[in-house]
Amino acid sequence: MIEVVGLSKRFGDLQVLKGITATFEKGVVNQIIGRSGSGKSVLAKCIVGLHHPEEGRVLYDGRPFFEMSIEEKRTIRQEIGMLFQSSALFDSMTVEENVMFPMRMFTTMDIEAMRERARICLERVDIIGKERLFPAELSGGMQKRVGIARAIALTPKYIFYDEPNSGLDPQTAILIDGLIKELTEEYGTTTIVITHDMNSVMETGQNIIFIHDGQKWWQGDRQELLDSSDQELNDFIFASELMRQARRAITGRLE
Amino acid sequence: MGILLHIGRYFEFLRQVVGRPERTRLYFQRTLEEVDLLGVRSLGIVALLSVFMGAVITLQTSSNIDAAWIPRYVVGFTARQSVILEFSPTIISLILAGKVGSNIAAEIGTMRVKEQIDALDIMGVNSASYLVLPKIVAAMLINPFLIVISMFLSIFGGWVVSIGTGVVSPTDYITGLQWDFDPFTVTYALVKTVVFAFIITSVAAYHGYHTQGGALEVGRSSTTAVVYSSILILIANYLLTQLLLI
Repeated sequence: MIEVVGLSKRFGDLQVLKGITATFEKGVVNQIIGRSGSGKSVLAKCIVGLHHPEEGRVLYDGRPFFEMSIEEKRTIRQEIGMLFQSSALFDSMTVEENVMFPMRMFTTMDIEAMRERARICLERVDIIGKERLFPAELSGGMQKRVGIARAIALTPKYIFYDEPNSGLDPQTAILIDGLIKELTEEYGTTTIVITHDMNSVMETGQNIIFIHDGQKWWQGDRQELLDSSDQELNDFIFASELMRQARRAITGRLE
Repeated sequence: MGILLHIGRYFEFLRQVVGRPERTRLYFQRTLEEVDLLGVRSLGIVALLSVFMGAVITLQTSSNIDAAWIPRYVVGFTARQSVILEFSPTIISLILAGKVGSNIAAEIGTMRVKEQIDALDIMGVNSASYLVLPKIVAAMLINPFLIVISMFLSIFGGWVVSIGTGVVSPTDYITGLQWDFDPFTVTYALVKTVVFAFIITSVAAYHGYHTQGGALEVGRSSTTAVVYSSILILIANYLLTQLLLI
């Protein structure tokens, strides 16, 4: 479980996060949603320590992250996996080397054991027979899946997915969503997904946090989201006619 | 204010770079790879430049020393001094600042904008140390060899000119090369080379590491890295000459 308490972050004169408090549960898909520029990516980067907030605390299973020494932070980071929007695979390494990288850095496994673990992770995300290819030779969807394989290589306790569906076709996006849900249940991880893909929210969202104007505006599950009468949330989620029709079909609710 | 900010960030960056490596063996492997990338692959351009510059220095010296009372072997002496004291360590380092420095800044800058450095940080890897330390160590190890090769090839270029054109006889040229030779000049050149190698790699890596934005900013970082490292090489050249030779 990850707890965020009173997190505030400012860039110059711009107050991006305004005292956000939220809890991200273990074993469920937690989603952070919000408009572009609402501060959801900044929130995620604060949680993983890429940004340092002016105020607030982040607790990983009760362990306060910002109060830790650099060495303690490095140790806790080995329990974190992250899939970046751009996949962030290392261009100079093959698919297999990318997945083996965290093992090479932080374990004493021999090369054969690392290869075997990489094969298992790649098979888990349905990447077979591409071990010797370089990231540039893969499609966007494959790169995302390799990114997920690298993120789970050390069986992390916490996994972050930053816009996992961006730039993907709808079918591949559904596959990735399914994979995120399966891996969360399989490994019992605390999963945080930053997204503004409404299909993804409806498919996999179990604990949804809506960030608006740098604040936690709303929190709930999928059903609560469908039933919500919050104007800001509804304007964001049901912006398209298609989504409004979908809500009508599911809940029978009229505008 | 901007310069002070950069100086502060540069030293903070260096502190990160010399942080404890996660895997010493992995760093050693990366250092060997960088020796190949930064040093061995620069050998061609260094060799080509050195031979031609040695030839030109010999021709120019010869054409400028036409007084009858100046012995002809002074051409060889001047060529040797020019090559060892200045051309090989400084000019070749400036050329390497352009070739290697822009390459380092572009590589690390691209990794920054493609979030690969963030990925390393989140894994718990000291990204500055992992990416930069092997490059600095590799350049400080291999550049002295490049410069010594450059010295030999430049002098060889001058000798070829002495045979081919007759502006100075090969005997006079070789006599000049040997005349009043002080081995400390080579030590001085190699000390400069090591300092310049550190400047080239660390300044380029600093600019790449702090790139923000996209492809345009990567290009800008690359250019800035070359400009700043060239200026710092010239300043360090002056200071080291004052310290070691005067």
